Amino acid sequence: MQGTRRNRWTGLAYVAPALVFVLVFTVYPLGRMIWMSLHEWSLIAEPHFIGLDNFRRAFGDEQFWTSFRFTLEYTVLITPVLIVGGYLLALLTAPSSTVRAVTRTVIFVPVVIGLGVSSLLWYWLFSTDFGVINRILLDLGLIDQPVLWLGVDAGTSNFAISTSVVWKVIGFGMILFVGAIQAIPTDITEASLVDGAGYLQRVTRVVLPLTMRTILLVTLLSVIGSLLAFDQFYIMTAGQPQNETATSVFFVYLNSFPYLKLGYGAALSLILAVTILAFTIVQLVLTRRSES
Amino acid sequence: MTGRTGYLVGAVCVAISTVMLLPLVYSMLASIKPTAEAAATPPTYLPHGVSLDSYRRLWDYQEGLLTYLGNSFGTAVLTIVFTLLLTVPAGYGLSRFPIPGREVIFVVLLLALIIPYQALLTPMFLMFAKIGLTNSLVGLAVLHTSIQLPFSLYILRNTFAAVPREIEEAAVMDGAGSLQILLRVFLPPTVPAVVTVTLFAFITSWNEFLGALVMMSSSAKFTLPVILATARTETSLGGTDWGMLQAGVTISIIPCVLVYLLLQRYYMAGLMSGAVK
Repeated sequence: MQGTRRNRWTGLAYVAPALVFVLVFTVYPLGRMIWMSLHEWSLIAEPHFIGLDNFRRAFGDEQFWTSFRFTLEYTVLITPVLIVGGYLLALLTAPSSTVRAVTRTVIFVPVVIGLGVSSLLWYWLFSTDFGVINRILLDLGLIDQPVLWLGVDAGTSNFAISTSVVWKVIGFGMILFVGAIQAIPTDITEASLVDGAGYLQRVTRVVLPLTMRTILLVTLLSVIGSLLAFDQFYIMTAGQPQNETATSVFFVYLNSFPYLKLGYGAALSLILAVTILAFTIVQLVLTRRSES
Repeated sequence: MTGRTGYLVGAVCVAISTVMLLPLVYSMLASIKPTAEAAATPPTYLPHGVSLDSYRRLWDYQEGLLTYLGNSFGTAVLTIVFTLLLTVPAGYGLSRFPIPGREVIFVVLLLALIIPYQALLTPMFLMFAKIGLTNSLVGLAVLHTSIQLPFSLYILRNTFAAVPREIEEAAVMDGAGSLQILLRVFLPPTVPAVVTVTLFAFITSWNEFLGALVMMSSSAKFTLPVILATARTETSLGGTDWGMLQAGVTISIIPCVLVYLLLQRYYMAGLMSGAVK
């Protein structure tokens, strides 16, 4: 690099468009969001400075806590299923064989389709009168009358939506786990075979410890994704009943757009961003380490 | 592996694959049910007749299917173009030139990795409203590009950095300019990475929902997922038109699945390097 005639300005010219783009469309909005969070602003009236009042208001807002708690409940419900389920699927499909490879490809298919679209699909599957899930349960004699899955009870809605999201994203963790399992050097697994270790022992003593970092990484990615959940709730329950199933992002959306409380919405966004940031930093530190 | 374990694994694999595929297959089957059957309570398991009525209704729904397909494809293509135009040169510049403050610039460019775009939508919307980028495919593509930029830049920078210096030096000796070197020396070996970046930009843009919901208020500008989400509650039939909805779901899914199956290798490459951003 130093030996060539090309100078630093040429390099800067190549980077400049991306840099300007990020400054305008990421850095500026970020600064603007912080500014907005310190103002009372409703589009009709001029914004005026109110210091940290928006934040005080958020922490005293029952609906803020309801949405935050619900988001946590959703995250706590879905993450273990995604991790344990994804790992079991990876153990099943990681060894090389055609059947396993095809299964891996099939399990991954829902990952590439949109969350909005998959939510529309499951909105129909879980529909009380028109959905096949109630039909199957009725035919099997497991229920006497159709279940009201979505938008009537927060817990039931959470369960139904989590089921749909597990179907949609379980392949994501699985693929990363498969990558980690396949990266284990074969001499290590062979050595444990020579030692006469059974399958279960091999998994718990060799495979699990050697893929622990990926497990942590996928856990963090899943947690971050779940904390940012929106599409599935907007589409499948629209926050019903009484905004009990409105997640944090949903709550930000409601305040900023339909309600047009711009300053308050910005303060809520900032709280959300800082929460996510904490998880992301842990994730970045972890991946840095796994690269070196 | 013993024969019996082999059969067991095979059976489990087939069972799991069936469970994963059933919702998709079932949605496609529902989309070709005749209108009355698609609205039946309880629903039938398999179509008793085949009809394209649901697709016909979708074709004419509000502004027409072609409008929404066009909006979704247009936004996705613009996102791909913007992403490549920004990140190919930037990846090249960052990996091969002694730019002052290179590390700082790289971190700034990756900023969006740590700030979820969901949190920035309100200020973005206000800015876009002021400069006329709401209700605009270009505006939505800009938003999607800002989501996709860090991932693309990260992958391209690493790919450019991995090209051996000797090849580059030979071109410099021949008196090639930096742009010629980018196009002739660097792009050919980085084609797989460019394909990966293109693929992810397409899938992100095609599937993105919240940003499109916020930025587009005129229904003529809705993307496919947004118009379908509105169609879930209100249609000309009064209640939900389930057959038409599943026709829409089927059409939305096809490009993603097709692209994934055809370019699986590139997809996995991106996933492996992207997840460990």
